[in-house]
Amino acid sequence: MTESNLSLNFGPQHPAAHGVLRLIMEMDGEVVKHLDPHIGLLHRGTEKLAEIKPYNHSIGYMDRMDYVSMMCCEHSYVLAIERLLGIEPPKRAQYIRVMFDEITRLLNHLLWLGAHGLDIGAMALFLYCFREREDLLDCYEAVSGARMHATYYRPGGVYRDLPDEMPKYSANRYISEKKVKQLNYNREGSLLDFIEDFTDRFPSLVDEYETLLTDNRIWKQRTVDIGVVSPERAKDLGFSGPMLRGSGVEWDLRRNQPYEVYNEVDFLIPIGLNGDCYDRYLVRVEEMRQSTKIIQQCIKWLRDNPGSVMIEDNKFASPKRDQMKHDMESLIYHFKLFTEGYSVPKGEVYAAIEHPKGEFGVFLMSDGANKPYRMKVRAPSFAHLAAIDEMSKGHMLADVVSIIGTLDIVFGEIDR
Amino acid sequence: MAKENYIKLINQKLSEYSHSLLSSDHDPLFLVEQSDLVNICKILKTDSELDYSILIDICAVDYLTYGQADWVTNDATKTGYSRAVEQKIIADDDDEFPDRFAIFYQLLSISNNSRITLKTFTTKSNPPSVPSINKIWNSANWFEREAFDLMGVHFKGHPDLRRILTDYGFIGHPFRKDFPTNGNLEVTYDEDEEKVVYKPVSITTRPSVPRVIRKDND
Repeated sequence: MTESNLSLNFGPQHPAAHGVLRLIMEMDGEVVKHLDPHIGLLHRGTEKLAEIKPYNHSIGYMDRMDYVSMMCCEHSYVLAIERLLGIEPPKRAQYIRVMFDEITRLLNHLLWLGAHGLDIGAMALFLYCFREREDLLDCYEAVSGARMHATYYRPGGVYRDLPDEMPKYSANRYISEKKVKQLNYNREGSLLDFIEDFTDRFPSLVDEYETLLTDNRIWKQRTVDIGVVSPERAKDLGFSGPMLRGSGVEWDLRRNQPYEVYNEVDFLIPIGLNGDCYDRYLVRVEEMRQSTKIIQQCIKWLRDNPGSVMIEDNKFASPKRDQMKHDMESLIYHFKLFTEGYSVPKGEVYAAIEHPKGEFGVFLMSDGANKPYRMKVRAPSFAHLAAIDEMSKGHMLADVVSIIGTLDIVFGEIDR
Repeated sequence: MAKENYIKLINQKLSEYSHSLLSSDHDPLFLVEQSDLVNICKILKTDSELDYSILIDICAVDYLTYGQADWVTNDATKTGYSRAVEQKIIADDDDEFPDRFAIFYQLLSISNNSRITLKTFTTKSNPPSVPSINKIWNSANWFEREAFDLMGVHFKGHPDLRRILTDYGFIGHPFRKDFPTNGNLEVTYDEDEEKVVYKPVSITTRPSVPRVIRKDND
């Protein structure tokens, strides 16, 4: 009698595959021998599409890269354009960007924590995490009008200043006046007041999540010593972000290669010791606490320093509407900006930011035209997913689910 | 370490091999010969002073239409501008574009907190090729597969050079400049045959904004 390995198809429509991931697994009993990810089911050719559009038109496409941390993807693209143009946004815009990057980090880590927990069997956590995400998506909505795909960052600043009012719930036949008052308690002031209220509440909520997981016996059995990556291997495999820090490498672009105003805010960088799924979990949870701290510092600065959020140069920023009514020059600038866009000087640039998942970079190449000659997105999940074969070898099938969860993959940016 | 000193150090370490600094406006960009690529990468990774331990990204670029615009903007034309923009049909002839494909490698050194970019042109043969650096940095595996899939550049010595992002059975390399943006095939459900079928594409891409090159920013 001969023994043969079993080939198993996992996905692409599997709830634990976090999107459209198809895995072809060679199994020996319940142990994974070899694993071949098939990706590309969500390939939309965003980089090719960017080549036929003026620069500003692609900002909205960047939201759809990693669709759970939208503004961070915009940030990297906008940063690349700004570096090629040699412009710098006003300081207030930089603080707003940092604040929204950190809000985005919370959004991403909350979804990751909820979904990772759900994969392994912690059902309740998913509901708690989504409760908090709702508040953060309201911040997105208040500032840009869209809950997810914001298109808020623009080369030279941000689309508009933070609103002084939050949208409020109103009573109807399903929601009573009393209930509406409860719902609106933190919506009476400005957006900053709303975010401040959130950051006051949030650390205790993270404590709550931790009571459910950190010392939980089942959680530890499912994550400790699963998917161990040594620091050397992590570097070799091109890891970045929490995946690299979980393996004990102290590397954070916000600290090491600061962009915007990250050198003015105070925060700590958590690192793991063993490089297993549990350490990466601890790293991400601590990052949520640190992000809250950064947001609080940004709120304080933004309250004290009102000002412009967009550069004055009308080549890149639209003139005010009332200027256009009696100034010919402004009218021309407006017309040129919205019909043709702006031409970017020849050159190549690679701009990377510390995205919640790792290093998200945009390589931008211009031949002097109003459209990019070549745009390439460096997606952290792409490099992380490439390592899944090495991480899962010798583990049980159920551990593959833990490993997919800990990679924190999103197919929008893997397939692009 | 300051960028100038760093560039000096790299020049010194790579003195055996032909390389040139193309630009240092952003991260230093070096042009290297593809025949020296593997040796240069080995030095960059293993030299303890340089220590480029992470390969961040590989990007393939097709230079076929570099610098071509839809409208003339440098001097006025006699006829004025046409509203319609025709997409130029470009012949797939490698002889005409000797340096058509280039590969950009983004490298990161954690210990020195430094980034550099390497640029290398592929061979002029059809299909174009460069040596694989998968053995030096394992992260190159999927990046090279992606560049092969989308640009059709062969990476010699790659252990598993398969398509990665495009459909099963896909023909062509979609990120080449002579591949139409709307593609060649579309997928529909055929009611008579009661299955999903591939048909020649029925849409055409019309650029909403013409491509213009203006020198006012140079």
